Amino acid sequence: MFSFCTDPSTLPDWQWMACYLTTTKHMSLYTSVFTVLFLLAVTAPAALAFGFAGASAARSQIAPLAWVGKGYIAIVRGVPDIAFFLFFVIALDQGIEYLRHSALCPDWSEPVRQGNDFVVCQAAKMPLGNAPQWMHEAYGFTLAVVTFAIVFGAFAANVLYGAMRAVPRAQLETAEAYGMSPRQIFWRVLVPQMWVYALPGLSNLWMVLIKATPLLFLLGVEDLVYWARELGGIKTPRFTDYPHGDWRMWYFLALLVFYLAFTRVSELALDRLMLRLTHGQATTAGEAQRKAAA
Amino acid sequence: MKNILLTTVAVTLTATLAMADGHSVVRMGTEGAYPPWNFINDAGEVDGFERELGDELCARAELTCEWVTNEWDSIIPNLVSGNYDTIIAGMSITAERDEVIDFTQGYTLPDPSAYAATSADVDVEGGTIATQTNTIHASFVAEQGWDLLEFATPEETIAAVKNGEADAVLADKSYLADVVGQDSELVFLEREELLGGGVGMGVRESDTELKAKFDAAIDSMKADGSLNALITKWEIGDTF
Repeated sequence: MFSFCTDPSTLPDWQWMACYLTTTKHMSLYTSVFTVLFLLAVTAPAALAFGFAGASAARSQIAPLAWVGKGYIAIVRGVPDIAFFLFFVIALDQGIEYLRHSALCPDWSEPVRQGNDFVVCQAAKMPLGNAPQWMHEAYGFTLAVVTFAIVFGAFAANVLYGAMRAVPRAQLETAEAYGMSPRQIFWRVLVPQMWVYALPGLSNLWMVLIKATPLLFLLGVEDLVYWARELGGIKTPRFTDYPHGDWRMWYFLALLVFYLAFTRVSELALDRLMLRLTHGQATTAGEAQRKAAA
Repeated sequence: MKNILLTTVAVTLTATLAMADGHSVVRMGTEGAYPPWNFINDAGEVDGFERELGDELCARAELTCEWVTNEWDSIIPNLVSGNYDTIIAGMSITAERDEVIDFTQGYTLPDPSAYAATSADVDVEGGTIATQTNTIHASFVAEQGWDLLEFATPEETIAAVKNGEADAVLADKSYLADVVGQDSELVFLEREELLGGGVGMGVRESDTELKAKFDAAIDSMKADGSLNALITKWEIGDTF
């Protein structure tokens, strides 16, 4: 990176450090920070959407829809995350490829399952075998988002389901008295009022989601923890210009600070959100706010 | 006229099928954490003995290759489900693995596995041995009935010995050589084990064509001595 970096072994400490921290490999670490942030930015709304759909389905008057919603919540919450990530992602990937295979290669005569192998025609590969590596990573990333959204969506669904039932019956009854239809009651009274009950549960989920991102590596996306482990490991002079001992502790310490700072900022943001949601609500906190203002 | 059209369509279809059959790009899966076999260099790229070997094999087999890293633990499942086309990650050929995937011929001789410990008089049979999971070393220690500590990466096995969690680490000598050479705390034990049938490239069992291509390329590298030159350059072990 810097002009003086040509022979690191002769450099004084601070210059060595400056060169070391700006190797191309370290740049991968810094980019992976953004991968993680981007994952969170996409996954959180997606999971919330899944949760909302699940909760709405679970409290539906139509029995089969309610079964689907409740089944989704119960099954996904019951399966260990890591099993879900190992099994479901491979199943999803193979499912997509199988569908494409059926559509694109109808003349294919060989079976798709050959012993242990899963073989589809080259045209059905997702992404195509000759696609550049970034496409493969983007695909893995998308699978990750979908999987995270389904897993965290189930937990969010349970939280929202509870929140919807926590809205005081009197509020809904008043709406009924005004002659609102069930649909209007749901969208105009229930949904706006439930967030205040849902937020503590949802904020828990958000915190857990932040810390769950290292599961990304299971999907072949190189995340922050992977690079910290890789960079922190013992490096001998034969294989690098920057030999060092076992520095994993320092790297993980930096990760700890990063995650702690990140969750702290989230906490502050969530507190402010809570304050706004409480405003004008028929809850103790809402009442306290009203009194303080008066 | 209609016939001509149909024939053209049929020909194009067969042509695309034939093209689809072969690999336009061969994706090479490796671990990237096992110097000198494979590791990530300062530029963040896969480097090492297997990188050079793989690139040369691809050139000889006239294939376009791309390198991918994958965690050791899930390296076989991801090959089988088609996320990449070969495993070239210092993987020893064993009967157990051969049931799930196929191997090309070995590109190294069986390499003695060595123990590294903090003192030379550690009794391995009574002690706790650290190994990487899903390796020939792990199954060897398990078969002997000794205390086994498994880790996801080779790096962690070394750390376990240094912090006293394990008494010794069992791994390929070529991997340990550099670590022990650099670290005054660690020494090799005299005892060595001869495990595995050499290291080969893993391919899907259904991928016979690719296997044949790499086999031929390895043959040609063995014949002209370039494989031996690479083995010597990276200090992998005995030459053919």
